[in-house]
Formats: sequence, C-alpha cells, structure tokens
Amino acid sequence: MKIKITIPTERIHNPIISESIVETGILINIMVANIDSTYGELIADVNDLKFDKIKNALESRGAIVSILDRPIHRDEEECIECGACISVCPMNVYSFDDSWNVLVDEKKCIQCGVCIKMCPHGALKLGE
Amino acid sequence: MVKKSVHEINRKIEDGSVNVVTAEEMVTIVEELGAEGAAKEVDVVTTGTFGAMCSSGLMLNLGHSEPPIKIQKIWFNNVEAYSGLAAVDAYLGAAQISDTRGIQYGGAHVIEDLLRGKEIDVHATSYGTDCYPRKVLDTIISLEDLNEAILLNPRNAYQKYAAATNSSKRTLHTYMGELLPNLGNVTYSGAGVLSPLSNDPNYETIGMGTRIFMGGTQGYVIGNGTQHSPSSGFGTLMLKGNLKEMNPDYLRAASFTGYGATLYMGVGIPIPILNEKLAAATAVRDEDIVTTIEDYAVGSRDKPVIREVSYAELRSGSVQIDGKDVPTSSLSSFKNARKIANELKAWVKHGKFFVSMPVERLCAEGSAKPMKETQVVPLVKDVMSSFVVTIKRDQTVQDAAKKIWANSFNHLTVISDSGELVGILTAWDISKAVAENCFDSVESVMTKKVLTCAPNEPVDLAARRLDRYGVSAMPVIDAQRQVLGIITSDNISKLLARRY
Repeated sequence: MKIKITIPTERIHNPIISESIVETGILINIMVANIDSTYGELIADVNDLKFDKIKNALESRGAIVSILDRPIHRDEEECIECGACISVCPMNVYSFDDSWNVLVDEKKCIQCGVCIKMCPHGALKLGE
Repeated sequence: MVKKSVHEINRKIEDGSVNVVTAEEMVTIVEELGAEGAAKEVDVVTTGTFGAMCSSGLMLNLGHSEPPIKIQKIWFNNVEAYSGLAAVDAYLGAAQISDTRGIQYGGAHVIEDLLRGKEIDVHATSYGTDCYPRKVLDTIISLEDLNEAILLNPRNAYQKYAAATNSSKRTLHTYMGELLPNLGNVTYSGAGVLSPLSNDPNYETIGMGTRIFMGGTQGYVIGNGTQHSPSSGFGTLMLKGNLKEMNPDYLRAASFTGYGATLYMGVGIPIPILNEKLAAATAVRDEDIVTTIEDYAVGSRDKPVIREVSYAELRSGSVQIDGKDVPTSSLSSFKNARKIANELKAWVKHGKFFVSMPVERLCAEGSAKPMKETQVVPLVKDVMSSFVVTIKRDQTVQDAAKKIWANSFNHLTVISDSGELVGILTAWDISKAVAENCFDSVESVMTKKVLTCAPNEPVDLAARRLDRYGVSAMPVIDAQRQVLGIITSDNISKLLARRY
C-alpha cells in the first residue's frame, strides 16, 4: 500500500526513517521525498501486512503516518476524458478503456502532481 | 455511377427513410460493400470532433444603457473584450486572460459561465460624446440579458494537427500540454477517423453555408478558417452559432499550465453521400491520416520534424521514436467526438436536422504564409562579442585571475586542448575560490554545466534562456563545441538601448 509519512519541523534533524527501518527490518520503497531543513513529506510503498509495525516505529519517533486511500481525486464533472493525463504519469495511473473513457487506478498514484498541471480542465486534485 | 442530390436526401430525412451512419461505421460499410455499394446504401455520414480551439470567441450585444454609452473598453469578469465597434457590441476572445486571475481564467471561462447561466460582472469605460454622454458603466448580466450572443470562431476543426514532443532537458508548458524532457511523451489533437475535414478532403460538401452541429445546437460554416492550408492537408473552418442555444456538454473552458486559456468546442459535420467518391472519402481510417511529430524544444516557427506518424499509431497509446516506445496523450476527447457524431446521426435520423450544400466551395489549394516582417530579428551572432578570453582547464586560478585583470573581461570560457568548450569561469567564481583559499586548477572551480547558444539563434531566445536560468553570459558555440563568441546581458542591454 501507499503511505504518506510527514515529519514535523522539530523532528527533521533526527534520522527517523532510517531508525524505523533498522528497528523493524521492514523495507519501504520511497517513491517521493520532499525534505528540507524545516519539513519532510514522503510517499512510500509498504507491504500491507507490515504496515502496522512500521507505522508504530515511525510514530513513536514523532512522524505522522497516513494511508493514501485516494491519493488523487478526479472531478468527473470537469473531466472531458481527453486523456492528456495518460502520457505524463510515471506510474501509469491513467488509461483508456475500450470506449475511450479515462480509467483511474488510484492505488498506483505516488502524488507527484505532474498530471495536475497537465489537465487542461483542472479536473485533478491531490487527495488523502 | 451513383448520383444523389441533397434534395433527395432531405426528402428521405423528412419521410424517415434516410440511412445515416457515423464516419467510424462507414469504414466497415465501404470495406464490405465497396464505394459504389456504400454510396447507394448510405445517405449521410456524420463526423465529430471535440478539442481545444483557441481561435474562438463571442460576438455580443449588450443593449443600450441610460444614459447611453459608446463603449471604448470593456471587461467581463475582468477579462477584456474588444469593443472598437459601434456602441454596445463587443467581441470576447476565448484566449484572452483575466487581468486579475491570470491564465487560470479567460474569455473561454466567461463564455462557459454565461452558458451555464451564471452572472457576469461588466465594467466599461468611454470618452463620452454628445449622443453617448456616459463615461463609465458597471453592471451584472447573464446570457438572457444579451440581445445577441453569437460564437464567431475564426479557426476551428483543423483537418488534422501536428503532434508534439520535446527533446530538451526540461519540461515544456505548451498549448500541446506538458511535454516531458528527453522525448518523454507525445501529445496530439484531432479526431482522426471522425475528423470532419479529413472525411471530405476535397471540400465538396463542407463549405460556406454548410449547416453543422456546433456546441450542441445547429450552427454554420461561414468560410474557410484563418490559416487555412489545404495543400498540406491542414484545412480549417470559420464557424458561427448561437450561444443561447448551446449545451455546456459541448463547450468547455480550459487552461493550459504556462500557456493560457482556450475553449474546447464540440463540432460535428454531416456529409451527404452524393456519389461514390464521397463514400470512398468518408471511409478514411486513422491509419490513412498522416501527420508529423514536431520538436517543441525549438522555440521557433519551423519546428524540426521528428518523424511522420498516423493517427492509428498516436491512438495506440505509444509511438516509436529512435526505437523507443514513447507514451502518447490525446488533448481532444475521442469519446466526446464519437458522442457528437452519434448525436448528429440521431438528429438526422429523426428529421431534426437537414443537410445542406455550400453556397460557395472552400478553396482547396494554397497554404498559409508566415508573417511578413520588415524589421530584421537580430541573431546572436549580430550582437555577441567575438572577442573571447579562453583558458585551458589545467591552468591555475591565479592564471585565470590575471587573464580577467588583463582583459577587463568577466567571463572566461574554459576549453580543452582540442579547443572544445568544457566550462565557464567568472570573476565571481575566482573571488569565491580565493575566499576559500583554493588555488588549484581552473577545472576544480569552474562551472562545468555551461548554458550555450548557437550563432543563428534569435537574440530573444538567448535572452529568455539567460533570464530563465539567472546567468549573465552564454558562450556561443558551433556544432563541434568550438567557441565562436560570447553573449552577455551587456550585449542584450546595448541592443535594447539601440532599439528604443
């Protein structure tokens, strides 16, 4: 599953991610990492069965962990199903079905946000 | 030889015996029956397209105010329209952007808001005359308050359109969408098999006066579009339709990041099958419609062609470029194009829409000219300094400092033994090295990723690059990376000082 790990300002200097990985032995696949001296936010992929354990390890160190159930939201009223989003998505979230409807496979989304800029109709938004 | 007239076909529409199919369905019909058989069988073929058509706009009339005003300048929701005609007429261009909200909101958005029944702020100013004494006007209107609200679109429904890609190292924001670096994607527009003009490429039935589906109502072709370029297969149409009768399903505002506002128009054109030539033409398939993929990395009118491509390949989801599969994105909606062709088919079938012949044929030969420019655009080579101070990569920082001092020159280009550009060193880099007590070779302190330009590039492009990357100079190099000169912000300021 895709998870979001938020590291608050006061914890940014601690190696929270590394400590949690070493402690639990659970490998997480970091897809997006935005970290500076004041704030950190990561999107990672983790095995469903191991989620609770790594969540506890991260949260005991002050991180906030949430599951990205609907990482991307499509406004069906605004979407005209042109398919502009298809070619820019690095994770192949978007595709056409046989009738040229745009399909969205939300589970694959890593919230990189490229599709949001691409959509001419402002139909896409990052969600939680 | 099959020969039918529009009157015969309209009689069939009237008595309900008309046989109408979409251009997509016509492909298999002609395959099975042949052109002659299909021409006997089918009376009307419907087409459709739904995509970004920047060259659109609304001609409107507000009615007179009390006291009256001769509007000189006018804004709708802070989007300026043109009103240099009579007193209360204005033309609101779809691509005009808001003075306050920027490119997120433009003329197209005002048009869609009007169509959705929303209220629009109007602000107008004037110089005042004896008959039109008023100088300022502020009001709120909705679509029903306007006398006329006519979409007058100078260039819609391109026969086909070139696809876009990007060979540069950064993402480009264009009217063809986000183009990823290093040929990362290809975007395209047009409905291929359903494209109106591609189904009547000799413009036998589509011409001035042709009745069409436009934005969900009946509209008309009023001539060829601007930049009509039939000889190269890029014909365009000028269209007219009543906004008050349109449907927002087929008229949608859009905004391309970094480019601006545009209007998505739904257009469908019926083609009466008068003979087997027309039947054969309407059997056109995606694989028969060939366009080019152009490289938008070159900010010039003539973009390099990467390769030719058919709509079939574009619509397959990826195209091959240099042996690599590159994903494609459509900017127009095929689903909606198909919906339009089917809706028009239903109108014809149920006697709600009659086909027409043009009163004048569109010109089927000729092409659009580039702009005549009387002022020569200065090129990099015209303004660059050909005096360049170079230094070898293994010389010391002190050598570099001496050269800068001796030549009063701020930028040293660093070259290899064979004279190829390998880096750049500024007076600032030297100060930094000295401050850090670093007196090693030039190579250890120079900037290795050098922005460069070509001698034949327009200065405007070089200036945009200097600005974008926040650098003050770029070496001018040839294809072998030999340094020919250098262009600095100084050169450009001098050019501007001459110009104004």
